[in-house]
Amino acid sequence: MKQFLRRFLLLDLLEGLWVTFRHQDTRLITTEQYPSQRPAVSERYRGAPRLNNHPETNETLCISCNLCAVACPENLIVVGSVRNAETKRKDLVTFTYDLSRCMFCGLCEDACPVDALELTQDFEIASYTREGLIWDRQALEEGPRPTQYRQ
Amino acid sequence: MTTSPDANELVLNMGPQHPSTHGVLRIVLKLDGERVKSTECIIGYLHRGVEKIAENRTYVQFAPYVDRMDYLAAVSNGLGYCLAVEKLMNSVAPPRAQAVRVILTELNRIASHLLWLGTHALDIGAITPLFYTLREREEVLKIFENYCGARLTTHAFRIGGLQYELYEGFEQQVNAFCDQFPAKVDEYEELLGGNRIWRERLRGVGVLDAATCKRYGVTGPMLRAAGVPWDLRKAQPYSGYEQYEFEVPTRSSGDTLDRYFVRLDEMRQSVRIVRQAVANIPTGPIMAKIAKVIKPPVGEAYVSIEAPKGELGYFIVSDGSTHPYRLRVRPPSFVNLQALDHMAKGALVADVVAIIGTIDIVLGEVDR
Ligand code: SF4
Ligand code: SF4
Repeated sequence: MKQFLRRFLLLDLLEGLWVTFRHQDTRLITTEQYPSQRPAVSERYRGAPRLNNHPETNETLCISCNLCAVACPENLIVVGSVRNAETKRKDLVTFTYDLSRCMFCGLCEDACPVDALELTQDFEIASYTREGLIWDRQALEEGPRPTQYRQ
Repeated sequence: MTTSPDANELVLNMGPQHPSTHGVLRIVLKLDGERVKSTECIIGYLHRGVEKIAENRTYVQFAPYVDRMDYLAAVSNGLGYCLAVEKLMNSVAPPRAQAVRVILTELNRIASHLLWLGTHALDIGAITPLFYTLREREEVLKIFENYCGARLTTHAFRIGGLQYELYEGFEQQVNAFCDQFPAKVDEYEELLGGNRIWRERLRGVGVLDAATCKRYGVTGPMLRAAGVPWDLRKAQPYSGYEQYEFEVPTRSSGDTLDRYFVRLDEMRQSVRIVRQAVANIPTGPIMAKIAKVIKPPVGEAYVSIEAPKGELGYFIVSDGSTHPYRLRVRPPSFVNLQALDHMAKGALVADVVAIIGTIDIVLGEVDR
């Protein structure tokens, strides 16, 4: 009899509906209003790469050791350097990073001995063209410039 | 397709773009009216040749690629691969690393089951649970993001241990998740398990008994729903699972409804494991002392772990160089999918959708 009443009054369905109604509470809303509200990603986020400059001298930290290029499974980093006759060190000339093939695994970042190459918290790196995803040294030092939308 | 003498037979392609095949799977259905006479899976649309890629990468370099097989359980894949290479090198990760690995893998099991639950319910016509499950999954993904900087293809573990130390507030965040999550599972039960439509829709659909499961090599929740308490975490513990107390949930009838219950119970058990593990994370190093350039001795190793979808195995042959000579993956989805024909025979077309959902396949893993 109890079973029958339960079925007749559709109690099991109403229980489910009750769960749905419980979630109408505005405090429980978790939707983010992207892009007007950009999420804060974690500190360790592996996003767009950046080639760091020394904060004071503004010279590149990269010592052209090529370790990042060797570590990369996709072989997408090309480091161009010339030997400086005076200091006997290699000076960085070009640095190409093909974002279109990068999988943001972080191995290059781990390999860099001087923290010159870093995967940053920028995540808006979409581009309309494939060429736009091949970043040169200048783009890597400046970082991505995501679109700002009007409020 | 050969022409059939039976004029009533209808050959229908389901997929590869069908939304409820969970990716790019094509199933050729032979139908008699609404009844399925036989099915044939055409796979390979997502084939990337991962096993071949492995032969051209160093051991360290290949680690990010395993995340891309079962991308919903990237952490489990990473664990399986790292354990296999560690076995090859005769090294073990330090206790601290092992505990963190267990926490993250169990959280990943929850995330994977949550996505399965949401999409499976969506296939069957219950739209609401998807939003709830994704909301909870988000909490897990945030923990991953805070820990290693990526949400889906995490690359969280390294051969020999971990790359990243725990972040500030890791324990609190995991505990907060464990505190609120069991209530959410009860909520799903209320929404689905208590719902008459859901029960009647799934009962007796896609039955797979224990003997058939073993014949096909089906593992994971599908095997346990048929009543076999086989769980590699208990049967051959790895990464310190023997220290934790948990049960292996089983059911008896092996139908779609039972698989639903088994997976829900597994989520609860995972929370139990995570709680125990997070309560006493040992201190110490997070990386074993291994050479910078990984060159395992000549030999071969097979390691299998209990991934969310079943037994995930890695077989690696080393020739003593820095690259694997051969790497073979035993993906659970691929093996479990083979039982589809057995389950779908005689069912209705609408049930095929439910059956595909209940296998819990990820095409990245089926095709590799
Ligand atoms: S993140 Fe990975 S794939 Fe991308 S450049 Fe670095 S090493 Fe290569
Ligand atoms: S590893 Fe670092 S220092 Fe070396 S080439 Fe790459 S970015 Fe420059």
